[in-house]
This record gives sequence, structure tokens and C-alpha cells, in this order.
Amino acid sequence: MSGENKPANPPAVPQINVEEKLFQNRYRVDTGRPHIRIRDERVCGGCDAKPCTVCCPAGCWRIEDGKVDLVTDGCLECGTCRIVCEPKNVDWNYPRGGFGILFKFG
Amino acid sequence: MSETVSEKFDAIVVGAGPAGNAAAYTLAKAGLAVLQIERGEYPGSKNVQGAILYSHALEAIIPDFRDSAPLERHIVEQRMWLLDESTSYTGAHFRSEEFNKPPYNRYTIIRARFDKWFSQQVRDAGALVICETTVTGLLKNEAGKVIGVRTERENGDILADVVILADGVNSLVGQRAGLRPDIAPKDAALAVKEILFLPKEVIEQRFNVSGSQGVVIEIAGSITGGMLGTAFLYTNKDSLAIGVGCILEDMKKQKMTPAELLERVKRHPAIRPLIEGGEMKEYAAHLIPEGGYNALPQLYGDGWVMVGDSAGFVNAIHREGSNLAMTTGRIAAETVIELKTAGKPFSAANLAAYKARLDDSFVMKDLKKYAEAPDMLLDNPHMLGMYPDFLARSAQTMLTVDGIDKRAKQREILARLKQKRSLWGIIGDAYKFWRAFK
Repeated sequence: MSGENKPANPPAVPQINVEEKLFQNRYRVDTGRPHIRIRDERVCGGCDAKPCTVCCPAGCWRIEDGKVDLVTDGCLECGTCRIVCEPKNVDWNYPRGGFGILFKFG
Repeated sequence: MSETVSEKFDAIVVGAGPAGNAAAYTLAKAGLAVLQIERGEYPGSKNVQGAILYSHALEAIIPDFRDSAPLERHIVEQRMWLLDESTSYTGAHFRSEEFNKPPYNRYTIIRARFDKWFSQQVRDAGALVICETTVTGLLKNEAGKVIGVRTERENGDILADVVILADGVNSLVGQRAGLRPDIAPKDAALAVKEILFLPKEVIEQRFNVSGSQGVVIEIAGSITGGMLGTAFLYTNKDSLAIGVGCILEDMKKQKMTPAELLERVKRHPAIRPLIEGGEMKEYAAHLIPEGGYNALPQLYGDGWVMVGDSAGFVNAIHREGSNLAMTTGRIAAETVIELKTAGKPFSAANLAAYKARLDDSFVMKDLKKYAEAPDMLLDNPHMLGMYPDFLARSAQTMLTVDGIDKRAKQREILARLKQKRSLWGIIGDAYKFWRAFK
């Protein structure tokens, strides 16, 4: 929460955005080897709904300059993007063994 | 890798969650040569659950689990709450001293800790457990029988007489081998959760418990923004687990992100005072296969069986999953042991005994009982939205003392209901509800 937008009386449970949530997690990122890929960017361009950008719990799927942008570093490996993508344009794999999210509590 | 696992195993278990651990433990205990492969750094590092442990399922596998398992609190009270968007809640609480007598029926657990413990029992029973290794496919012979697994490691092909697929809700291994279709958006709920740390005494005061007693709160209503879903708040020893899950078919049609939805739950005035000051230490997400009986895939074939979430064994209505996972894992293992002992091959015809045993157990009986419930609720979103809100507003009207007479208040409530739903609509809803839950 930035200083400028701080409400006069902060709520008892401050609202936190997804980046702050992910900051608490432990990851071992497999640098340069994203485990999820967009099969064909043109297909995303023709998709009106872009449900991946709403449903991803880690905010990995964003719209940048009108295009669907995927950054898998914060991925929680749930599988949602693969399932909600109607044209099946998501090439979804698990990270290599030992990489990716490491839940401390689960 | 080729040096450590050059031999052929009686059974390979893919995955070290509750289903895989139940299977591997049961097999190893019976003296079979078992290899279990887990992609996480340690068992539990990829696993997420609320989490409630149902004792009966684990007792059937490890009767004295209470002596060594990392358990948080035993449940003495269940609260069922209906929350509207941001104002009120209606609820029922059930607390019983019967739940306070050992052996306890349900516990809260922290999965990363619990799964590590369970895996240690599997190793102690004699299974070989390999972590940090992802199974990428199944090996088949010319006849199409599954004869082992392929891993991403160099020389990573490993042979076994039978493969138990316990690789979780995404079930990639089974899908890629053509054993099952991908899970449909209407059959999968995405749940997000946070763990919030608070001093033990604060939790005990806020939830009216002491010692190792705990409370679970299951939540439905328009808090989920019209999506079919539920939220939960569970008490651990010195932390709270709070989460919310909704069916993807509904989630993809709207604009609220899962993280925002969870914030909305946390902000609700019925929840906020209970979690206030909690230090968030992890944010997790996981899919839950909620399609029930009608979404179950083929459960066995030549050289393979499917257990737990990978086959969709979840009773969404009763919020049960890990007990179905452990039970299906155990029963699959018992079937394998029986065939092995009798010297019979692991053919589809012989492994059909797994399905027959499940049919005889609470697993299939419960899933069949609620077979129509998931689709009915998805097709009738007002069941978990409009009616609870109506109930809350009615209570608000009746309990507000303002000089208006009670009959007039009743007329107002009735008029409000008629505005929302016709008499035939209400009768139809009641019938649909009865049909799906009878």
C-alpha cells in the first residue's frame, strides 16, 4: 500500500494485492525454462474473454499493451490456465523435479 | 539414477500425497517392492489442502497414527455460515462433547508437515521414495499394457508390474497416456488460501476453545459473488487457514480475481475480527476435482489403477477429499496385493476388483448419493445466493425493532420472496434440492 493512498483509518485487515501475497512464498525458479507456454500468440489475440487473466490465482497472466503476457515465476502450479483456456492454447507442464513452488505449509 | 533403480519393481506409485502415500505404505507393509516418485523437493512441497484430516481413513492404514503424526487441533465445533457480500451472516453451529472424547474424529493439519510424516512412515515400511523427479509419461508394451514410467531423468525409464497413478488433480500422466480426458471447467474448483499466524491464546479466546480443541467454519452464500463455491476458516495450533474456492466454469465468466475474492472474504465483518492481526506467511492455490460421480474416469486398465484426486475422488458436498484419497489408495493397494499373492497378472479384468471394492465402500456410495448435486447447483446459482440472502434480509427485518407490527413485517418478507421467485419456482427448487441430496 503506497503512502499517498493510505486511508485515514487503515482497516484492521489491510487489503493486499497478489504480488504481496506471493512475496511470502518460497520458490526455486528454473531460470530460462518456463514450464508453461502459450502455444500460438495469435490465438490469444483472437480470444475476447481471456479467462486466464482473471482466473490465475498468481496473476501470471496479464494483458500488456493489448497482448496476453505470461510470466510463470510466481506460478502456484494449480492448472487453472490450462483448464479455462477454451482454444487449448496453453502448453502446460510441471516444472522439472524440485523446481517451482515449495509450499512450507500447503 | 540408473544405478539406484535398475531393478524392476512390483509397483510404482506416482505422487506422494495422501492417496499415493496410502497406497505405497500398504504395498510396502505387505512386502512388495515399491518405488514411489514425487516431483516436489520433499513430499508435501507441492500439496495444498484446507486442511481437515478424517481419522477413520488413516486409522485403517496406520491405526496408531495419533502417537506420531503432526496434528494441529481436534475439531469440537463445526460452524456452517451463510455470508452475504459484505454485511451479514446467518449460521448454524454444532458443538459436542462427543467430539471432545478420544479417539478424536477429525483434526486440522498442515499438509507440508503431515505429508512429510506420512512419507517417513512409507519409507520405514520399506518403500523406495524418490523426490525431485517428475514422471513425464507411462511405458507401454506392444499390447498396450502399462509396464512402467518415464521420468525426466537421464536413463529415467523404470519398469514395474503395475503403476498406481496418484499424481493429483491435474492427472497429467494419465491424460497424456490417453487414460482419461482433461478435467472440465465445470468439474474443477479453484481454491486459494492463506495461512495466518496468531498466538495460540488469541485463537483460543476468539474461537472459544482450549487445549488442542479446534473449530471449523464452512461458508457459502453470495460472498462468492454468485459463483458456485465455498469458503472456509480453520483453526490450527498457532495459525488460521482461510480460503475460498469456486468452480472454474463460473469463475471464467466474471471479472473478480481469486486473490480479490479471498480479500473480500477476509474483509467480511463476520470474518475480519477473527483473523485480525494474523501474520500471513503463505498464499497457496490448488484445484479440487468437484465433478463427483458423473465425472469419474475409467479407474483401471492393463497394468494401471488411478486413485485420489487424479481420478476425481472428492465429495464436494461434504468437503471430503483426503479421506477418499487415502481410502482409494489403500483399496487399490489391497487389490494389487491380492493379485500378487494369487500370482495373477495385473490385467484390466483382474484389476476390475479395485472398482468392485470401491463400489462396496463409502467412497462410491457417497459419490453416487450426490451424483446430481454438482451439476444441479451449477445450473441453479440462486440456490446458494438468492435464498441465503433472502434468509439474511428476513432475519434483519424481523429482528429490527422499529414500531412496525410483526404481521406487516411478514407480509414484507413474503412480498420480497415473490419478487425474487415464483411459487412454482420455489417448489421446483425444493424438488431439485431434494432430488440432488436425498
